[in-house]
Amino acid sequence: MIVSAADLLAILPLLILAATAVVVMLCTAVKRNHLLAVILSVVGLSAAFASLWAVIPVTPRQVTPMLVIDGYTVFYLGLILAASIAVVLLAYGYFEKCESDPEELYILLLIATLGSAVLVASSHFVSLFLGLELLSVSLYAMIAYLPGRPLPVEAGLKYLVLAAASAAFLLFGMALVYAALGTMNFARIGTLLAGGAMDHTLVLPGMALIVTGLGFKLAVVPFHLWTPDVYQGAPAPVTAYIATVSKGAVFALLLRFFYHTGAHLFEPMFIVFSIIAIASMFAGNILALLQSNVKRILAYSSIAHLGYLLVAFQAGGDLGPLAVTFYLVAYFVTTLGAFGVVTVLSDGSGDAEELEMYRGLFWRRPALAAVFTAMLLSLAGIPVTAGFLGKFYILAAGASSAQWALIVILVVTSAIGLYYYLRIVVALYSRPAGEPATPAEASPRLASLAPAGSVVLVILTIALVWFGTYPAPLLDVIRRALA
Amino acid sequence: MILFWLIVIPLVAGILAWVAGHHRPLAARWIALIAVSLDFALTLSLWARNFHGGWHTWFEQLDWAWIPSFGIHFHLAIDGLSLLLLLLTFFLGILSVLASWTEITEATGFFHLNLLWILAGIAGVFLAVDLFLFYFAWELMLVPMYFLIAIWGHENRTYAAIKFFIFTQLSGLLMLLAILALYFLHHAATGIYTFEYEQLLNTPLAPGVAMWIMLGFFVAFAVKLPVVLLHTWLPDAHTEAPTAGSVILAGLLLKTGAYGMLRFVLPLFPDSAHRFAPIAMALGVAGILYGAILAFGQTDLKRLVAYTSVSHLGFVLAGIFAWNDLALQGAVMTMICHGISTGALFILVGALQQRTHTREMERMGGLWTVVPRMSGAALFFALASLGLPGLGDFVGEFLVLLGLYRVNILLAILATLGVLAATFYALRLVQRAFHGPETHGWQIADLVPREGLVMAVMILALLWLGLYPKPVLDTFQPVMARLEQPLPGR
Repeated sequence: MIVSAADLLAILPLLILAATAVVVMLCTAVKRNHLLAVILSVVGLSAAFASLWAVIPVTPRQVTPMLVIDGYTVFYLGLILAASIAVVLLAYGYFEKCESDPEELYILLLIATLGSAVLVASSHFVSLFLGLELLSVSLYAMIAYLPGRPLPVEAGLKYLVLAAASAAFLLFGMALVYAALGTMNFARIGTLLAGGAMDHTLVLPGMALIVTGLGFKLAVVPFHLWTPDVYQGAPAPVTAYIATVSKGAVFALLLRFFYHTGAHLFEPMFIVFSIIAIASMFAGNILALLQSNVKRILAYSSIAHLGYLLVAFQAGGDLGPLAVTFYLVAYFVTTLGAFGVVTVLSDGSGDAEELEMYRGLFWRRPALAAVFTAMLLSLAGIPVTAGFLGKFYILAAGASSAQWALIVILVVTSAIGLYYYLRIVVALYSRPAGEPATPAEASPRLASLAPAGSVVLVILTIALVWFGTYPAPLLDVIRRALA
Repeated sequence: MILFWLIVIPLVAGILAWVAGHHRPLAARWIALIAVSLDFALTLSLWARNFHGGWHTWFEQLDWAWIPSFGIHFHLAIDGLSLLLLLLTFFLGILSVLASWTEITEATGFFHLNLLWILAGIAGVFLAVDLFLFYFAWELMLVPMYFLIAIWGHENRTYAAIKFFIFTQLSGLLMLLAILALYFLHHAATGIYTFEYEQLLNTPLAPGVAMWIMLGFFVAFAVKLPVVLLHTWLPDAHTEAPTAGSVILAGLLLKTGAYGMLRFVLPLFPDSAHRFAPIAMALGVAGILYGAILAFGQTDLKRLVAYTSVSHLGFVLAGIFAWNDLALQGAVMTMICHGISTGALFILVGALQQRTHTREMERMGGLWTVVPRMSGAALFFALASLGLPGLGDFVGEFLVLLGLYRVNILLAILATLGVLAATFYALRLVQRAFHGPETHGWQIADLVPREGLVMAVMILALLWLGLYPKPVLDTFQPVMARLEQPLPGR
């Protein structure tokens, strides 16, 4: 097969990512330096991000049968790269305060980002699986990155076992589909299915197994059991990464796979997705009520949010993909912001995860509390934040395709969900009883804020309000990407 | 542009107040006071400029594209009804700032940020004629109100704040679904995606569908109003909120519910609303009696006043759905006067609580000799609340009863019993708290000049509304007349 210069240009972001990982690895091998590793990673990720503008003119382009670089790919690449930059910056302040050598984390993160990039570009089962494994294998190590603490190791192991099992499901599903249809190309599968191949005995079980495999990654009910433990155990920046880049890339893939193949339009698949969506919305929102650990609350809330996303996915039509994409952007910004606050409040002795640690934060650090409030309100879908418009588009998508049952459930469960977001907000603003009027130095845990983390939080808050009040430019970009 | 400034001034001033209030609390108070006064003056100038009619049309508009791909516009417009409610908003806004002058000592800047943002949200609700913008503003006033209760409230504030938030948010989301349904049905009928009020007015709807969509709107407004059964958030929120919060809740937030009924439920779904009217009127009358009876049973002063709101807003609901000229005029009159009289009672109770640190009537009694000026003011507003002729509330409730009588005699009779019950609770309030022997040995200060001024202004306003309501009636009546016009196609 001949690869032309234009093909190489099209996959330039992926090449830059791979090269950056190698460079960071070599530098670390010569001399350990945390700051250097961070700078190299950020430069590499930014270069990959900047290269997207060079890629746009050659889109859409099929590079080998595996990867397709079109507007959709470019948009999601941008989202993933931007989120990775934010995570790297947050991680710098976080790991600076920890005892262990942090440099390898950035190598793993770059490889995981490369895996995500392959996922969003894949148009073939092989590239799907390659991307997914690149992502997963890096994540095992990232989750267990602080070996001195008990929880990360447990979480890493849990993730390893379940992710490996889910990968097996996925592979088996792909094998069944391949056995039935003789192709692994999404578009070709779509043509065959449209021609009536859905009736083949092996296709439906195959699709079900694929949904199972992807469902594990997305942590939708009933494949969600790992989520709270992993969210709690992983270091806060890594949790942010799992919640955004990993899930976002898999959802982007899900969207592409099913919209290309059209498999979700068949009655059994439609019912399966509806059940998953409803169960995720209920389970996520109700189980979160019982938690008193902020990271676990956010874990359950992410289950619910993936349920909302599935509602928009189900809606389809013109609005469905638009709603999904906008919601994912809002979800990225919000989740990064929320875990960003958790990250900057954490220190060498452990993560700031207990709700008690947030009590009265407003009276000690008003700005940080305001940022966290904005993020929580966005998760709850209150106006002026991006989360509100995201929810609005999902409801609009659902209403336009008359999915009344799904959107009424969405409304009811998100009202339940309000309670636990408000619980955190209440804690932030509750007056610390009997504390002095100026307790700024009272809590050394919250003393030092890394400047890089603060900058990220400020940018995320601005983005949150901007997308929440004037979304027209972002919508234009998304529309063009989806066209 | 003036409408734009009405919303932007409080928003910007709120941020300024937060920044300034960090080191100098007094600066935050003055910034808030000046900003709200400026808005009040702007609204007054609008009133003066158009004093001789044209109230039934949108006499001032502003229309910017906001999210064009969804047909969403930043579209503000004002008619007579909006104008009066805006006047009330900024009038009570000024008084709220003054009432909090010494009560709020913690995080003063952030308090005024929230106060001003609520006012901006309420102004947005009264001005929006794009349904998406309306919903946006509707939700916008919720968050700062939540903070007002949750941070500066009394003992049980967390519970009250969360309850308030969840009630209003859930009902608001149902309204959003109804708005979206209307939006897509309008598109199906005409091929145009729009949230414009004027365009959605004539959307052809199948009767069954229209009823469901109407109910979506009705529930959201009914929670705010509040209609009996959906009212349980109200006593808690009113009781636990700081004074300014209670004034704004009772005086303004409840009115947004009534405004929604008048502006959206009746004109958008005339047929369904007509069919639903008997149930709504019955709910209104039930609210009148229920609120009055529960008010009579309270020992907590603030809770008592809170339940009177349920009763008075029952008149508003019954008046709106009685749907004739007298009843509609009465409903709007009651909305305005209830805002002032109940607001004043909350300010008085707040001032009393700040001095005595209790709201229990059992621990008061005989205060007349200690604080004569405060007691006199309380008597005045209690009388206004029970509907003494010559004061604004009387005009409103009397008109509602007249209008209701034309539609349903039985309900009118029952509602009249509510007026009687009001006499009991209002006089009981005055007797328990202020009359009788002074046995508790209170040594507290009477109204200071700042508070005296607030009371005097409110007394004058109520007297004016009671004795010469014509300018006010003239302003909103053309709008109401538009509501009563025979429906097209009948």
